[in-house]
Amino acid sequence: MAAENIVRAIDVTKRYVMGSVELMALKGITVTIRRGEYISIMGPSGSGKSTLFNMIGGLDRVTDGKVYIDEVDVAQLDAYELAWLRCRKIGYIFQTFNLIPVMTALENVTLPMVFAGTTVDEAMEKGLNLLEMVGLGERAMHKPAELSGGQQQRVAIARALANDPAIVLADEPTGNLDLKTGKEIITLLKRLNQEQSVTVISATHDLKMLDVSDRIFWIRDGMVERVEDRASLDLKVGTVEGEEE
Amino acid sequence: MDQSIAKQIHLPLREAVKISARSIRSRFGRACITTGGIFLGIAFLMSVVTWTQVEAAVGETFDATARARQVWMITISLLVCVLGVVNSMLMAVTERYKEIGTMKCLGALNRFIVEIFLLESAFMGLVGSALGAVIGWGVITLVELAKHGSRVLALYPWGSVTAAALLAAALGVTLSVLGAVYPAYRASRMVPADAMRVEI
Repeated sequence: MAAENIVRAIDVTKRYVMGSVELMALKGITVTIRRGEYISIMGPSGSGKSTLFNMIGGLDRVTDGKVYIDEVDVAQLDAYELAWLRCRKIGYIFQTFNLIPVMTALENVTLPMVFAGTTVDEAMEKGLNLLEMVGLGERAMHKPAELSGGQQQRVAIARALANDPAIVLADEPTGNLDLKTGKEIITLLKRLNQEQSVTVISATHDLKMLDVSDRIFWIRDGMVERVEDRASLDLKVGTVEGEEE
Repeated sequence: MDQSIAKQIHLPLREAVKISARSIRSRFGRACITTGGIFLGIAFLMSVVTWTQVEAAVGETFDATARARQVWMITISLLVCVLGVVNSMLMAVTERYKEIGTMKCLGALNRFIVEIFLLESAFMGLVGSALGAVIGWGVITLVELAKHGSRVLALYPWGSVTAAALLAAALGVTLSVLGAVYPAYRASRMVPADAMRVEI
């Protein structure tokens, strides 16, 4: 029953109009992502990788082309169905963590479950389990401002997993973190990918990501420059950043 | 799928109340200013109405010009009060674009976003107009007492003044919710990607 391809983008273009300037952020991208893969979308800033991320995540409308998430055409969904999709199918992680500042870690994690209609008790229990899993069991009652960047990102990861999504979408998840914390986050994402067989798709220019990715999409100038398997990559990477501890 | 969508639509009102109450608390200073605007508008309305009714009760009469001027002044003061609410809610929306985008990513419906902002505004409206009605009434009653002495107490139009106070409070809440409609609607309609891209 479950489709093999969790995400399919077919000839996706995105045009932004800023004043009198037109910008083609995506110029016809076709990618297929299989269930359970760990994908990195790599590319320099301005290459269109965040735009592609938004398209895959149903966060923005395509100008042309089709995006299928779990074989459902995103463009056909109405507002309710789109909210449902974002709530149940996809977990989002952002560079700037995007926790709700007035809520505790636990409340942040349980919020998607509230939107999904889970009962309060159930949500509390699951939220605590998730925080436990990302190693923040003791910090459940802290507000985001009382947590370090790495801890906030781990809360965000717990939140992304709240409704057992099929896909975790991460936009530069290590962009605001130092090297060591960034590595921890990557390890955590990889662990979730393996243990819970959740598909992880991450837009990044963090070369540390290469190591754990099954495939890498290199984006340049709004197009897929090349797609690499990890097998072909191992030889080249080694210690890319010379990051001995 | 349909059933769970329906479930999602109806449940989180309590959650919306909680979130909006909290965001008022965390931005207490500005909430006070907005509430103050509503307070002044309603206090003014209430004091004019109380004064008119008490004066009428002790036997004063007003000509048409005086009445027209009163209506004009009340209208202006309420308009200013609504504009204040719109302005303050627009600001509340703008500074929370990212939060709105995030909530939509987590599965919040547009309606939930609208609820949050309308509730927030309704809370402020309720506090502001209740205070405004009571204080506007109290001050003018004292003034009238000083002016006419205990004659006022014997002739005091309790019924119509109470009715006016309730109406004024209801009007205050209605106006502040109305003032929040456009900002809330705008916030709820944003595509999540756009909402989160905004830098402030």
